[in-house]
Amino acid sequence: MSEARITWVGGPVLKACATGPFSIFEALAVGERRLLGEVIQLRGDELVAQVYEDTTGLEPGVTVVGLERPLSVTLGPNLLGGIFDGLLRPLSRATDFQIQPGATERSFARHRLEFAVRNGDVLSAGAVFARTVAPRPQSLLVPPWASGRVAALVEPGEHRDDETLLVLVDDTGRRHELTMQHDWPVRRSRPVRERLGVNAPMITGQRILDTLFPVARGGRAALPGGFGTGKTVLQEALAKWCDADVIVYVGCGERGNEMAEVLDEFPQLEDPRTGRPLAERTVIIANTSNMPVAAREASIYTAITVAEYFRDQGLNVALMADSTSRWAEALREVSGRLGELPGEAGYPAYLSSRLAEFYERAARVTSLAGAEGSVTIIGAISPPSGDFSEPVTLHTKRYVRCFWALDRQRAQARFYPAIHPLQSYGSDVQELADWWKRSGNPDWLVQRQRVLELLEAQAHLERMARIVGRDALPAQQQVRLLCADLVNEGFLRQSSFSKVDRFCSPARQVAMLSVLLHFADRADAAVAAGVPPARLAAMPMLRQLQRLGEEFSEDDLLRLRQLPRQIDYEFDQLQTVASHAG
Amino acid sequence: MQADLLLENAVTRIEGPLLFARREARVGLNAAVEVLAGNGPPRLGRVAALDETSMVIEVLESTAGLALRGTRIRLHPEPLLFGVGPHLLGRVFDSVGRPLDGGPPVAARSRRRIEGLAINPAWRALPRDFIETGIATIDVMNSLVRGQKLPLFSAGGLPHDRLAAEIAQRARLRGTQGEESFAVVFAGIGVPHDTAEQFRLAMESSGALGHTAMFLNLADEPGMQRLLAPRYALTAAEYLAFEEGRHVLVILTDMTNYCEALREVSASHGEIPGRKGYPGYMYSDLASLYERAGCIRGRPGTLTQLPILTMPGDDIGHPIPDLTGYITEGQIVLDRELDRRGIYPPVRVLPSLSRLMDAGIGEGFTDPDHPALAHQLFAAYARALRVRVLASVMGEQGLPESDRRFLAFGERFERQFVHQANARTLEESLETGWAALQGLPHSELTRLSNAQIGRHLGAEGHA
Ligand SMILES: Nc1ncnc2c1ncn2[C@@H]1O[C@H](COP(=O)(O)OP(=O)(O)OP(=O)(O)O)[C@@H](O)[C@H]1O
Ligand SMILES: [Mg+2]
Repeated sequence: MSEARITWVGGPVLKACATGPFSIFEALAVGERRLLGEVIQLRGDELVAQVYEDTTGLEPGVTVVGLERPLSVTLGPNLLGGIFDGLLRPLSRATDFQIQPGATERSFARHRLEFAVRNGDVLSAGAVFARTVAPRPQSLLVPPWASGRVAALVEPGEHRDDETLLVLVDDTGRRHELTMQHDWPVRRSRPVRERLGVNAPMITGQRILDTLFPVARGGRAALPGGFGTGKTVLQEALAKWCDADVIVYVGCGERGNEMAEVLDEFPQLEDPRTGRPLAERTVIIANTSNMPVAAREASIYTAITVAEYFRDQGLNVALMADSTSRWAEALREVSGRLGELPGEAGYPAYLSSRLAEFYERAARVTSLAGAEGSVTIIGAISPPSGDFSEPVTLHTKRYVRCFWALDRQRAQARFYPAIHPLQSYGSDVQELADWWKRSGNPDWLVQRQRVLELLEAQAHLERMARIVGRDALPAQQQVRLLCADLVNEGFLRQSSFSKVDRFCSPARQVAMLSVLLHFADRADAAVAAGVPPARLAAMPMLRQLQRLGEEFSEDDLLRLRQLPRQIDYEFDQLQTVASHAG
Repeated sequence: MQADLLLENAVTRIEGPLLFARREARVGLNAAVEVLAGNGPPRLGRVAALDETSMVIEVLESTAGLALRGTRIRLHPEPLLFGVGPHLLGRVFDSVGRPLDGGPPVAARSRRRIEGLAINPAWRALPRDFIETGIATIDVMNSLVRGQKLPLFSAGGLPHDRLAAEIAQRARLRGTQGEESFAVVFAGIGVPHDTAEQFRLAMESSGALGHTAMFLNLADEPGMQRLLAPRYALTAAEYLAFEEGRHVLVILTDMTNYCEALREVSASHGEIPGRKGYPGYMYSDLASLYERAGCIRGRPGTLTQLPILTMPGDDIGHPIPDLTGYITEGQIVLDRELDRRGIYPPVRVLPSLSRLMDAGIGEGFTDPDHPALAHQLFAAYARALRVRVLASVMGEQGLPESDRRFLAFGERFERQFVHQANARTLEESLETGWAALQGLPHSELTRLSNAQIGRHLGAEGHA
């Protein structure tokens, strides 16, 4: 292993004089405490490195050791249900409540496993060679770089995670000893056989998303919003209720309490699809805002690498990144320390390409071994003063397919989720219409369009109403406003803290939307037949429609589907009275 | 560990707060140093960068009067530490923990890094103990819980100091008056002398001075020390909370002065400035203070923070409030217009927020209908303010009946709910909230269930 001696140190950056060969992005162990670092520049004998941990106490002369591999993480069956730092080291309660820098003693886990192969079988790269049994079955993969004939196997049963389980001999006669885990360099995407197109939405359980701005499996969505507008709550809601198999939740430069909340809540919540605790499908990666900033930059890559690893097992993975702005700022900070030329708002010129690289790692794929899996990325953005014209938001916008813009005004009126329906978009709507057709709602595209038009009209009519007064608008338009209000209140509003409404199944979404649009149809007709808008606004059933999400749970679908009949009844009454009067 | 070392005549250059010196002895990054000149008191500093022959020292006090010759540097083997122990309470310190009250130094039980260490998120316990502050806009609509960091976003001339003192005097768990050990730590960052004195008097008059520790960096003291006062204060607070098991409320005022000092230091290092000249790492730097709030599993104490900042130009989008809001768990925003109208406390409720509220109120914590009431008040008041704008354009007469009722609600809400002459119990505050909603058309109260309306508002009447 090559060595170097520190010649300069300041903040998280150091320079060292090398006595052997180093390569760019090579991982380093710095000093006695073996702080983790990474080479970022090489000039002659001098190397420049960033250190992922607190550098207090380092001084010139201290030894830096090259680890002969890029910054890598260990992937295996120990990840689900755990919480890790930005470099995927466990944050357990085995140590003190405050984090001490430096390498920690690694502890070993044991898993019971069954082999999926026999002696003599030929395995390709990425193939499943065994499965762990409890608590949740997981596949063990041949690393992407290895393949060959199985030359030896241990007995099935319980094994330590660092034991050699199986030996492969490849065509060149090289032996590969496989354990439950393998390392992968975080900055490199894991190889796949083929990238696939859009075929289905990732169901989030949020009406405004699934119905208006759906994200595809393997898609990419950005969630920008000023402070307190609801990014974290929405990401957590998605992490809880979306229909992915595995959730990777990365808290990148955000609050410690939010990580604790996920850690506390998820074991108690049940995955409605499997009946198992939600924690079992979740990996938490935490680099909170007071943890070292260089590791913040790495944490995003760590997270996407973990996500790809589960994808390669044939699973649908959702990656929640909160917040990508903190990652970009970490990039800016390190770049500044290196004295690089700053670009827009001080960000390095490569901000845009880094964002592109990251989002490009989201995809639906056929894995090396032929399994179908996906990684969907949902990235929160925290724009300074909530202004979406800043570099991180603008560049991200170029690479994502969904843009879920959070609106301060809605948030302040406690209208949640505060996604602004006129500033947001989803680009895969046409492709996803087929899925809704297959799932029993051939009208999805039309209904969705009607809702958007209603909301668009509302914005326009409210501007008019501000000038002439609401009562002075023509009756037809007053009714449109009434219906738009209703769609907002009764459909788009959905509290993540309501036991009844925090998740909304596609079936309930369809039923609710049908009810509200039916009301709109009857209201239009009634006004056309001469019923005054004020009479509609006074209809007793409106209150129930405005609280539709709260009043009809997933168990009340039958009752919900009866509502159009009640609407008909009340309108028939109104119109009879009106025609008698008229 | 090596012992302290004294370097003579090693200084080669002085630029603002930075001192460049030959590295004539072994020393590590961030090590504490004392700079000695003549027979003045030592000035604290820390090693900011090192190479093989030289080092950069950031002097954390004024460098005025330092000369290249005759300035000595005492190197410590460790970063800046604060010796904490029992008997911190009831004392007044300067910004680096030296007694200002003429009393003896605190006998140190342990010496702790003033920067603190990050709390392992796996060890955090969720803050959920509701604190009754006696202020309706906080207790009902933006509840404070133990272990939270909830700043006051204020502006010059607004009564944030009075509000903070009132909260410090009253903040107790409900039903536990005087049974638990609590403490208040006050860090004055570049504040005028009378601000500090008023706070001291307020604590004295409520008999809580014996539970209070003050760390003062006054307006006329060196700007560099503004960076230290909150760190010494929080180091003391962590000791009081997590070693002595107390419920500690930390008041940090004024964080705007802190950020100004940070900008100054950054400029002196020749760093590339970020937004409005503040350094790009201000977010991380502020987080290193604010994230020291919290609750730890298995430890009885808690650390709650109430930072105060004055928004430059009354602008909530300014980097100081903006970055703070991105780190803290909500904010209480004070408003000049409400203040002008004689409403106290002038809390602007819409941009105010408490993110930990959902965990600490409702069934089993406060009142089962508390969350719904809070949401309804927010929604109704947001509508009232929209109507108010309309009314100013076309006059009240041009408004539909239901809008006029919201307009009246807005007034009632500000005068009767927001404004309060005395502290209210939570029950009184909730009652006032329900009363304010009386008179609104029930059909528009979409955040309340029929049952809730029935329980609290009765049959529909007209206001
Ligand atoms: N979908 C929702 N349902 C109910 N309440 C919500 C929802 N979204 C947000 N809130 C409320 O808004 C508060 C702030 O939301 P959140 O913490 O998610 O904001 P944020 O955008 O992540 O802010 P920051 O950028 O500062 O982290 C929450 O504490 C919660 O009270
Ligand atoms: Mg957040």
